[in-house]
Amino acid sequence: MNRYPVWKYILILVIVTLGGLYALPNIYGQSPVVQIKPKEDVAVTEETVEHIESLLDQAKIVHNHAAVDGDTAVVKFHDLDAQRQAQDLLSKEPTLKGFDTAMNLKPNVPEWLENLGGTAMNLGLDLRGGVHFLLEVDMKSATENKKKQIRADITALLIKEKIPKKKLIWIGDELHLEFRNLENLEKASDLIEDDFTELTLKSNTGDGVYELKGILTEQSLNGIKETALEQNLTTLRSRVNEVGVAEPIIQRQGLERIVVQLPGVQDTTAAKNILDATATLEYRATHMSQADTMEAARTGRAPIGTSLYYETDGTPVLLKDRVIATGNQLIDAQATIEQQTGSPAVSVKLNSVGAARMLEFTKNNVNNFMGVVFKERIPIGKNEAGEMQYKDKEEVINNARINGVFSNQFQTTGLGTQKRAQELAMLLRAGALAAPVQIVEERTIGPSLGQDNIDKGVLSVQIGLAMVLVFMLIYYRMFGLIANIALTINVVLMVACLSLFGATLTLPGIAGIVLTVGMAVDANVLIFERIKEELRDGNTVQGSIKSGYDKAFSTIADANVTTLIAAVVLFAFGTGPIKGFAVTLSIGIMTSMFTAIVVSRAVVNLVYGRKKRLKSIAI
Amino acid sequence: MNILSNIKYDFMGHRKMALILSLTLIFISVGALVTRGLNLGLDFTGGTVVVVNFEQTASITDVRNQLENAGFANTVVKNFGSSQDVEITVPPQNDASSSEGVDEAKLSNNMLTVLKQLDASAKITKADFVGSQVGDDLIEQGSLALLYAIMGILIYVTIRFEWRFSLGAIAALVHDVVITAGVFSLWQVEFDLTVLAALLAVIGYSLNDTIVVFDRIRENFRKGRKIETRDVINNSIGQTLSRTVITSFTTLLVLLALFYFGGALIHGFAFALLVGIVVGTYSSIFVATTATMALGISREDMIPVEKEGANLDHIP
Repeated sequence: MNRYPVWKYILILVIVTLGGLYALPNIYGQSPVVQIKPKEDVAVTEETVEHIESLLDQAKIVHNHAAVDGDTAVVKFHDLDAQRQAQDLLSKEPTLKGFDTAMNLKPNVPEWLENLGGTAMNLGLDLRGGVHFLLEVDMKSATENKKKQIRADITALLIKEKIPKKKLIWIGDELHLEFRNLENLEKASDLIEDDFTELTLKSNTGDGVYELKGILTEQSLNGIKETALEQNLTTLRSRVNEVGVAEPIIQRQGLERIVVQLPGVQDTTAAKNILDATATLEYRATHMSQADTMEAARTGRAPIGTSLYYETDGTPVLLKDRVIATGNQLIDAQATIEQQTGSPAVSVKLNSVGAARMLEFTKNNVNNFMGVVFKERIPIGKNEAGEMQYKDKEEVINNARINGVFSNQFQTTGLGTQKRAQELAMLLRAGALAAPVQIVEERTIGPSLGQDNIDKGVLSVQIGLAMVLVFMLIYYRMFGLIANIALTINVVLMVACLSLFGATLTLPGIAGIVLTVGMAVDANVLIFERIKEELRDGNTVQGSIKSGYDKAFSTIADANVTTLIAAVVLFAFGTGPIKGFAVTLSIGIMTSMFTAIVVSRAVVNLVYGRKKRLKSIAI
Repeated sequence: MNILSNIKYDFMGHRKMALILSLTLIFISVGALVTRGLNLGLDFTGGTVVVVNFEQTASITDVRNQLENAGFANTVVKNFGSSQDVEITVPPQNDASSSEGVDEAKLSNNMLTVLKQLDASAKITKADFVGSQVGDDLIEQGSLALLYAIMGILIYVTIRFEWRFSLGAIAALVHDVVITAGVFSLWQVEFDLTVLAALLAVIGYSLNDTIVVFDRIRENFRKGRKIETRDVINNSIGQTLSRTVITSFTTLLVLLALFYFGGALIHGFAFALLVGIVVGTYSSIFVATTATMALGISREDMIPVEKEGANLDHIP
């Protein structure tokens, strides 16, 4: 009477096998690696890999065979010291100048398992070491900057249109504009309405007062904040590559904050300096003589009034020292498609000051070239006298022909691919006046502490699990053994789910696993106690097993759903470590219901189900 | 093996004593929370905690003097785990204007530079800096999380059982959370983010226990025999007692493993759950049931209501 159909056994077998398979990658451990990736968008060659290996051999750094993974060369090491030495060596190697080197941890999953889609759980920073930053964008200054800009632009507009004004000031989020007569007010109102969509206009006339109020709506204030956050995100993404970290995480958190996680980084000084860096850009006229440029590149001396720069691909460019427009005057840059040719382009918007200077310059320079220099100042620490020292990074990100006269709005074309256009737009935005960021949280975990945390976490799972298994075996004997099988499968399934979902395992996550082990037996305890009760009431053995499982089910379901509610709330409100705990707890609740009810029943049926005249069971 | 199986005991007869015990514990806990408050960790208060590792045994006095001479005021220096590890705590710098705020973020790096002059082998094993604004947000988020968890559970239990059970369950879990927090306040154990997570886990666990008892009460009511409410509750607690004790025991086993072998970072978490589960087991037996009974639960409340519409169908 207690028998499962064959398909149920097959289903359980399939789930357990798959669970085992996808949990398997986690037992191989992880190895420190150095990844070498070409800066250009090309794949790494066999020669480069051989070159890297010979460099490591010369320096007598013990390493495994280097392999190519996608467009990246990956070298594995036995310990963290060798990895560090190799990173130092390779990042300073002049013949590898066109490559980015980064340290990483890679799971040692065998190839056949990887082909099946098996991956190991990601380790959180508290388990692998590294640094976590929470940055807050200074939204107050972002809004202030925007307000200043609007004021300056309206002033310029009114001057251009020859409309005299009496007053123009910001009071809170309201711009107050006063005119001498109604005619001026109406003219100005129409113009402003067209050009400044972020303002909601309201006029207030009477008693000889002609006032126009421009209110920054909630929506446009949010827009300003959104832009400031996005701008900082893009800048940080492009900068963090400098740190030499393979898998940095840069994410927004909420409306004003950005999370930056750099696994494996120990020297946080360098990382903080990079976060503190400021970027700007300059539009400058290109010196047109090709001969001068080649000469300057050869000797390193630029003609007077010009400076030598290089483009990203290494082409030398001579730019005149006079600046046409700076990043502070850039309002926006977006990648678009040019209307006539359909080729990728970047459309740039300048403010009034920049527009005036651009107009004046382009009038006299049609068909000449104009370059954009991207400048980054990275603080590198204080000198003896306590003054902050900076490292300047300057690069020409675009050098294009001026096709016509333009002022506040123009397009840069001839960029080739959409990707290039997007990159240029991103860099231009990054160089525009950004709201400053401030570090509001930092968590650094040394790599040895990370390993220590893994060891302790694994040890406590093992001891906790062992104690529960022993107790269950003593208390419930045969049924205890069955519960233990279910419990072990539960842990395997949890690990498999976490690996498949790409969840990040943290120390609180391990605590969640441990806690689930303790609570997962609950369902079996409920069932077994129920069976005992039925037996005491004089029910037959088979009948007791059946009604024990049936009656306990609704209790188990209710109890687990309420715990799940708590776990989901934790997930929704928690950040970082708490989220990790909530994820393992929720997954554990679901897998434990499957193993404790379905799997344990399957085993019970297998052992006892066929015996019709069963007199007693070991429970 | 059988322990505590099918206990016939008048649990509800002791409900006055249980009430006195619970009220005393809550009174002490609330008193401690009001007068002493919680020893809030870095996560909530903001500030900087740096753990520095030295190759030789580090002298706390030397480290403190070195830091003081370099101008780091108000630091608390103590050993962390071993004699080679030193934990340095710096309270949040509240007077910071925005430019000084950046300096606070770099405190750990500046500190390391100073300590390297004392002993070149100094290494940062752990550095936490939390700005005070982050801490405030956490307190808000944490309280909201507690509130929403309680509301979600209230709704679920009301739908599945009855509102009296729902209030009984909430009474039990508020009881558990207050007493657990009270223990943290009384002994001034550090209350950090992981402890908050543990408190929410206690809610989940306490409910789990309570629901099992409620489920049995509902079942016994529905059996339909004419028994006193009080006896139904007594029987239900007795019938589930073995399960309650065994599950709490296995959970305590793994928590003890976590407490003793899980390392310093998880200590507070394990401690909070240890306390919470002991209190939660007690409350699911006495508090939740007593409250539900006091609210006047009876057999009629649990019998599925005869739908009036069902009768109307028969009217031609």
